This record gives sequence, C-alpha cells and structure tokens, in this order.
Amino acid sequence: MTSATLPVLRDGIDLLVTDVIERAGGIRSIGLVAPGGEELPGFTAGSHLVVGCGEKANAYSLTGEGLFPERYTISVLGQPSGRGGSMFMHRLAIGDTVRASRPRSAFVPVADARLHLLVAGGIGVTPILSHARAAATWGRHAAILYAYAPGSDAHLDDLENIARDAGFELVACEGRAMLSDALAAFLDDRPLGSHLYVCGPGGFMAHVLDQARDAGWPEERLHSEAFSATELDAGTPFTARLARSGERVTVPAGVSLLEALEGTGRAIPNMCRQGVCGECVLPVRSGRPLHRDSFLSDDERASSIMPCVSRCADAELELDL
Amino acid sequence: MTTTATRLGRFPFPFRDDAYRYSTNVEPARSAQRTAAGSWGERVIEIDDGYARELSLRADILERDPSRRASAPHMRAAEWDALNYCLTDLAASYPEHMTFTREGLRLRWVNDLQGLEVEATYGDDGSLPGGPLAFLATQIQEDIALLDQREGALWLDAGVVTFAADWSMGFDTGMRFLEIHGPVPRIHEEKIITRAHQFLLRMQPGDAYRRTNWTMSVDGRLDTSTETYPEWGPDRVDVVDDPALPERLHLRVEVQHLIRLPHSGAVMFLIRSYLEPLGALAEVDGWAGRIGSVLRELPDDMADYKGITRYRHRAAEWLLSRERPSRR
Repeated sequence: MTSATLPVLRDGIDLLVTDVIERAGGIRSIGLVAPGGEELPGFTAGSHLVVGCGEKANAYSLTGEGLFPERYTISVLGQPSGRGGSMFMHRLAIGDTVRASRPRSAFVPVADARLHLLVAGGIGVTPILSHARAAATWGRHAAILYAYAPGSDAHLDDLENIARDAGFELVACEGRAMLSDALAAFLDDRPLGSHLYVCGPGGFMAHVLDQARDAGWPEERLHSEAFSATELDAGTPFTARLARSGERVTVPAGVSLLEALEGTGRAIPNMCRQGVCGECVLPVRSGRPLHRDSFLSDDERASSIMPCVSRCADAELELDL
Repeated sequence: MTTTATRLGRFPFPFRDDAYRYSTNVEPARSAQRTAAGSWGERVIEIDDGYARELSLRADILERDPSRRASAPHMRAAEWDALNYCLTDLAASYPEHMTFTREGLRLRWVNDLQGLEVEATYGDDGSLPGGPLAFLATQIQEDIALLDQREGALWLDAGVVTFAADWSMGFDTGMRFLEIHGPVPRIHEEKIITRAHQFLLRMQPGDAYRRTNWTMSVDGRLDTSTETYPEWGPDRVDVVDDPALPERLHLRVEVQHLIRLPHSGAVMFLIRSYLEPLGALAEVDGWAGRIGSVLRELPDDMADYKGITRYRHRAAEWLLSRERPSRR
C-alpha cells in the first residue's frame, strides 16, 4: 500500500516543491504551490497538512498565516531514527511533487482571548509561527516564548520580525537551564481571559502545562498541539482480530493500526492521524491497548483505542469491527 | 421575472414521507435535489425574483430594529471570511450579473442587479459601508449567523437575521448552539441536537453542508421574529375560518447552509426562507396530499412548537380534499 490510497490524501491536492531552505538544528523549510499556479485553500492559524511521504503520511504544521496563501510553507525536523517521513521530506528537491491533504485545523486560536500566550519548544515553533502571524494580522494581543536547544534557533528571526512589527513581547530561551524561570516569569500576572498555546516535544509540553497548572491556570485556557513532537517509535508488531468478521489483520512495526485496517479496504473515519482529534476511535473487546493518543479520557481508555497512533501491549487486540 | 411555475420548480420541498420527525438531516451542499416540480440546491446562495423586494424589506427592518444585527469584536475575522466566501460563491453562480476580484488584499465587487461597484480592503472595516457583515446582508437574501467555536461549543456571536421564524437574534446573541435549541421539543431525548453539534464541531475548513427545516406563515410574511409577534401573532387565529386560507397560509421552508469558514474557523449558517401559499403548492402532483398528511399526523408538541396548532387541521382538511381528485 502506498500513502496515495489513504482517504485523507485521495481527497487532497498535489503540490509542487518550489523552494527549500535548510535551517539551524537540522530543520528544513519547504515551500509548496499548486502545480498550475491555482489559488490554494486558505486555512485557520495552527492548521496542518497531511503529506504523503512514500508509504507513510505525516502531519506538518503550516507556518503561514492562512489568508489567501500563495504558497504553503512547512518546516520539518530531520529525524534519522524516526519512521522515515521526515527523511523523505528532507530528500525532496525543487520541482518534486507531493500529495497532501487539504489544510486541516485542530489547534485554533480562541478568537475572544484577551491575550494569546504562545509557547514553542524546538520544532514546535511551526504552528506557533502561524498563530503569531494571525494574531498580528487581526490586531490580537500576543506574547511569545520560544525555547530551543543551543544553536537550533530556526525561525527565531521570523518571530523577531513579527514581534517587532506587532509590538508583541518575545522571550527567546536557549537551552534547558533557564526554561523554568523564564516560563514562570512568562506565565505570571497575565490578565484574566488569557489563553496559553504550547507546541513542542511531549516532555516539553508536559513541563509547560504542569507549570501553568501549578501557577493556577484553568484547564480550559490551556491548548496544546502534539503534531510537531518527535515521531512516535515504530512499536512492536501485533495482530488485530476483527470480532464481527473473524478476520485477522497483521500490524507490522512502523505501520499504524489505522493504516493496516485501511490496507484491508476498510474506510475508518479519520482526520488528524496523530492522536489528537478523536475521529478514528474504535471499540476494543479484548487485549491491552498501548495508548499513545492525547484524546481519550481515562474512562474511555478501558474500551476504546485510537488506531492512528496507538498499538497493543499484547500479541493480539480484538476490535468490535 | 420568475413565474409561479418557476418558483415552484425551485421550491425546496422538505417532505420525503407522509410523516415528519426531526432528524439530523444534513447533506452535502451544492447537489441538486429533485422534486415533483423541478429541482433545487445546486447552488449555496440563491437569487430569485424576490431579490430587490426582500433586500429592501431587510433594510427597513434593520432601520427600525438594529437588534437584528449583532457582532462581537472578536468576530471581525469571521465577518471578512464570510464576506469573501459568499461573494466568491455569488460570482461563480451568477457570472452574468456579478464579478468578484482580488489583488492582494484589495477586493472589487460588481453587482449589476444593484448597479453596484465597490472596492474594499480585506480586514479594513472602514473600507466597506457598515463593515463586511452588514454589507454582505445587503447582497444576499439569506439571513446570516456566524458561530465562534471555543470551549468545545459554538457561540452565536455575530449575525444579521431579519427573517427569523419565531425566534430572536437579539435574544440569542452570545448564546451557545445547544442553548439556542433548548426549547425545541424531542431533539434532546432523541440526541438529535447533540449529534448535530458534534458534526458541526468537527467540520473542516471549507466544508459545506445543508439541511432544511419548515414551518408555516400567514400571508407570506417573512419577518416573523419574536420582536414583531404582536403584528403577526393574531393572523394565526384570523386565518382559521377565512375562506381565503389556501391563499393566505404559506408553507415556509428554510434551506440552512452550514459552512466552516476556512480562515477564521467560524461556522457560518446561511438561512434562506422560501414561502409559497398552499393554493399554489397544491398545483404540484402529490404535494397537497403529502403536506396534508404531514400536517394531520404531526404530534401536538411539535405543532405547538412550530406555532401551527390553531390552523393545521383546517389546512390539512383542505389539502387532503384537493388531493383526492388526482388520485383517480
């Protein structure tokens, strides 16, 4: 199976690589246009594209503002030990064509927020950049904190330009040592009605969210986006048994349960394919799911699985399908 | 000028059965729906022979009662998004009358039906008379409601609604979708409204769906909002024993388009009301019997909510008496 058969890509668009910029820290920015120069669909700040990367499909945040885009821009961190999607993106050359979904939205700004606090860790800067641009366009108030490993300050220059023009506060935090203090100061004494948005590696996001909760931030004002975190590990193989048909579906390492089910010709409703939106949830009859999503509640985890990211702790997982 | 036959041919006849119940009756927009009289629904925004009259009526209503229009400050992006979406759709549907062009953020809109030529700058509210939403309401017959999505809910935070069927934009402004639908009978027990809500929350940018809803109005009156109840409420009693009932009583069908605006992420409801007198509808094969059966069978709680209790059985009698000859 190639990724071109995935439903999200079948209804998608072909895009031509028009420019490539290598940035600090192994991050590569790619510009994409419609091959015939047609107008591209606009998008909401924080949206992503699902891009077919050979046999896989990965979600990448759009870094633009989304209003009448002449091209789409994404930035991809090369991860040689990942599932292979990022390296596929790093091998693309100008003139190559990729298949992508239409822009999909799962990390939107809250329009009536009094202040948007945008917190990026590493490659998580990509949707934050989009949010910062949209906030500037619509005259919203925003403040930005960007934490990155020493020397890996991709897009810091873009954030500086936006912050200067729009009058946003910008805190650049190089290395881990200063993060907790910088964050504490950043979260402190913000007006009621502020919203916090964080994107970055899983550990980083957990750290930021915990610190915000400790500082008294209510849950409904906290928003996180897991997409640009490190790719999930390939996992171990298992078998999915479909209770209604008795069919057995092999799920190899590096292939998601969702992809394996789609490989049998089943259409499973799905959207983000990254464990965030909840669209693909399936009922589990037996076997212990290895949950890797950020959607299901603790209650739901006993009897449901999100096949786009989650796997099985046992050799066999029985689904009510 | 559209003739009665053409109007009936475009009428979005809502009944697929001899009984009507609420359902999550959502289908993709821009697909033609055949009826016994013709077909409707291949376009999102529809212009018909009521264009000038309805827009002039809307202007009068807004002049008298500005509470029919609302917009929270955070809805600016949604207003521009709505304007851009609708003008683009109009220009594509009616290229012989309308053109919409954009260079960067400069917009140019030409509407020959109004002898209108306007230039504006996207995002600059002062560049369009009244701002983008108010201006849009002068270009389309549809009522417009813009819902902001946050905290896992949809909030009615902007809109221009002059042709409400027994509800109030002013009262509902700032309420959540589920609160607005609180008074509707049955839809809560049957989980219809929560399913619709989930569906709306998950709509992706550019998604466009539609549904129909219906009620009845006396004398083809478009403005049956809560605010003007003293003007139209008594008609519902007067019409019962009026021999002119078939001409006075109108079936009122709303075509509601539900659109996820791509840039702002807001959900836009376009609500278009089509009214035809029972007398005209009965000319179409099968419609008198179908409408009559629905009105006769409708449970009391639904009839009460629709405000048709007083006259519905009288209307059903007339319709069913009309149907019999054609069944021979």
